Amino acid sequence: MVKYIVKRVLFGVITAFVVASLTFFIMNLVPGGPFLAEKAVTPQAQAAMEAKYGLDKPLFVQYLTYMGDLLHGDMGMSLKKRGFTVNDIIRNKFPVSARLGGLAVLVAVFFGVPLGSVAAYHRGKIVDNIIIVFSTAGIAIPSFLSSTLLMYVLSVKLKLLPSLGLDDPVSYIMPVAALALYPTSYIARLMRSSMLDVIGQDYMRTARAKGVSTFKAIFKHALRNAILPVVTYLGPLLASLMTGSFIIEKIFTIPGLGHEFVSAIPSRDYPLIMGTTIFLACFIILMNVIVDIAYAFIDPRIKLK
Amino acid sequence: MDTKKNPLSMQLNVDDFVPATADEKESLVIMRESVGFWKDGFRRFRKNRIAMTAFVVVVVIIILAFIVPVFYPYAYEEQMKGSERLGPMEYSEKEIERMEAGESVFPHFLGTDQNGRDYTIRVLVGARVSMTVGIIASVLILIIGSVYGAVAGYFGGKTDMIMMRIVDVLYTIPDVLIIILLAQVLKFPLQNLSKVPGFGWITALGPNMVSMFLVFALLYWVGMARIVRGQIMVLKQNEYVTAAKALGATNGRIIKKHLITNCIGTLIVTTTLQIPSSIFTESFLSFLGLGVQAPMPSLGSLASNALNGLQTYPEKLFAPAFMIFVIILSFNLLGDGLRDAFDPKMKR
Repeated sequence: MVKYIVKRVLFGVITAFVVASLTFFIMNLVPGGPFLAEKAVTPQAQAAMEAKYGLDKPLFVQYLTYMGDLLHGDMGMSLKKRGFTVNDIIRNKFPVSARLGGLAVLVAVFFGVPLGSVAAYHRGKIVDNIIIVFSTAGIAIPSFLSSTLLMYVLSVKLKLLPSLGLDDPVSYIMPVAALALYPTSYIARLMRSSMLDVIGQDYMRTARAKGVSTFKAIFKHALRNAILPVVTYLGPLLASLMTGSFIIEKIFTIPGLGHEFVSAIPSRDYPLIMGTTIFLACFIILMNVIVDIAYAFIDPRIKLK
Repeated sequence: MDTKKNPLSMQLNVDDFVPATADEKESLVIMRESVGFWKDGFRRFRKNRIAMTAFVVVVVIIILAFIVPVFYPYAYEEQMKGSERLGPMEYSEKEIERMEAGESVFPHFLGTDQNGRDYTIRVLVGARVSMTVGIIASVLILIIGSVYGAVAGYFGGKTDMIMMRIVDVLYTIPDVLIIILLAQVLKFPLQNLSKVPGFGWITALGPNMVSMFLVFALLYWVGMARIVRGQIMVLKQNEYVTAAKALGATNGRIIKKHLITNCIGTLIVTTTLQIPSSIFTESFLSFLGLGVQAPMPSLGSLASNALNGLQTYPEKLFAPAFMIFVIILSFNLLGDGLRDAFDPKMKR
């Protein structure tokens, strides 16, 4: 067990390192620099700026310096938002994205799991068909469409909800709903098929034969086993929600980390691009590691290798 | 005929020696036609009503996206002065004059955009762009993923270990982050490359589209590689592989002729299901403004542009949105149907 965890964590660290190096070199492949866009900069001033941020040194030296600083947890200063360190920006913006993503995960699990189980329980009946139709449609709608359509109906037409920002709790409804639509549908489908597998198992027949009610058999005996694929899906789900929220943040003008990342790329704010990529990547990798380890705890049949 | 006779009697029943009638002959000769892999699969596929409907829808969309624009009276980048921002089925003043003069004017079914471009053709060409990206990206993924997976699965041992660790690392890399980054980065080198003779086709496709292919090719083959590797590991235990080896077949030939051909079902299904997910990512990138370049439309960029005028021109959003939805949905259902038909073991 310990060996497995160590191995898994080590692997995560390697991946994070690969991501960091990849991002660094890819980013520097782009011609042009962060200070070219500003017109009123003389060559001397530009050279001075580049010297200040160490951009005049050879690429490999820059890389070593950056990686060294990164090990100390220092991600440098933002080039465009003067006076802010990348760490500051992440500290301010990440909670917004995380709250949004976290709520969406909760919504997806709380709706997806029961919907899938109910569909499996009523297999072939009308309830099952309705759930199948909706979950199939749900995975065919990209989040930017669901959010714009929601916005059109709920704020433009009915004027029920505010369309922009995250100022009060009500304004969370639309972004979270838009973000959760895909994973809810996906989890419902996953849950339905794994529940159907489990319902066919011998121990379910035994439970029924002992006189356990169908409801209890499904939600107590079967659910525990059927939920395993959903647990594995949580890792990739978190990843997709953290990145899927880029669009949601753009549409609803939410000041989150995704927004920062997307706008940092065209402006060549190198440290901010590096910082946000590495931070999000590490977060996603960490979540995957935790899910993998949790999976092994939940299902003792899984042999850890 | 069961009249009790003396069991020792040699007397035979004459009826047994009558020549067979044509009917009887036929019933013996024509056994059931042998059902091969493809035939069996297609038979199962045809019975699946949902999948057949999805297939028809896909064909209709392909006709709409690839053939109809060729004959359409408007071009997607054609700007008509005076016909800006028309609603569905509306005509501009000039066009009404022309119609009164007796000319026939082709209607703008979905109106025009802020530059006076016919919106119907833009949605159709947008669908073409999205489908092209989806299909080419999936084929690239199919080629890279299946070759990589087959090599890893066939050789096994250390080769497999190293190759699969690389896959593991690529798998955990948050793809969207890298895709957004690469889409930005590759734009400039590709623009330069397109000026080099022999690479002119890049301009024809648009550097952004090529960079999108590269991005997909670089990152998304890992899922395919894993699936193929799993299949090959099972298939290589078969006797015919041993036989081929004994006959002196090279490794390349065994992989190509025996192993890949035997997991063709999985390959078809995975590729079909890859198409909608590539379209998904393409529309996502275009929506963020990192996709194909103007004036070339893509469904994602059309939806993104429509967002600003949501209050006044909601139909400009609904049209591309509906198109994306139908394309992704029908490809998903088609893929599911193909999986049920050709790959019963993968059935979930």
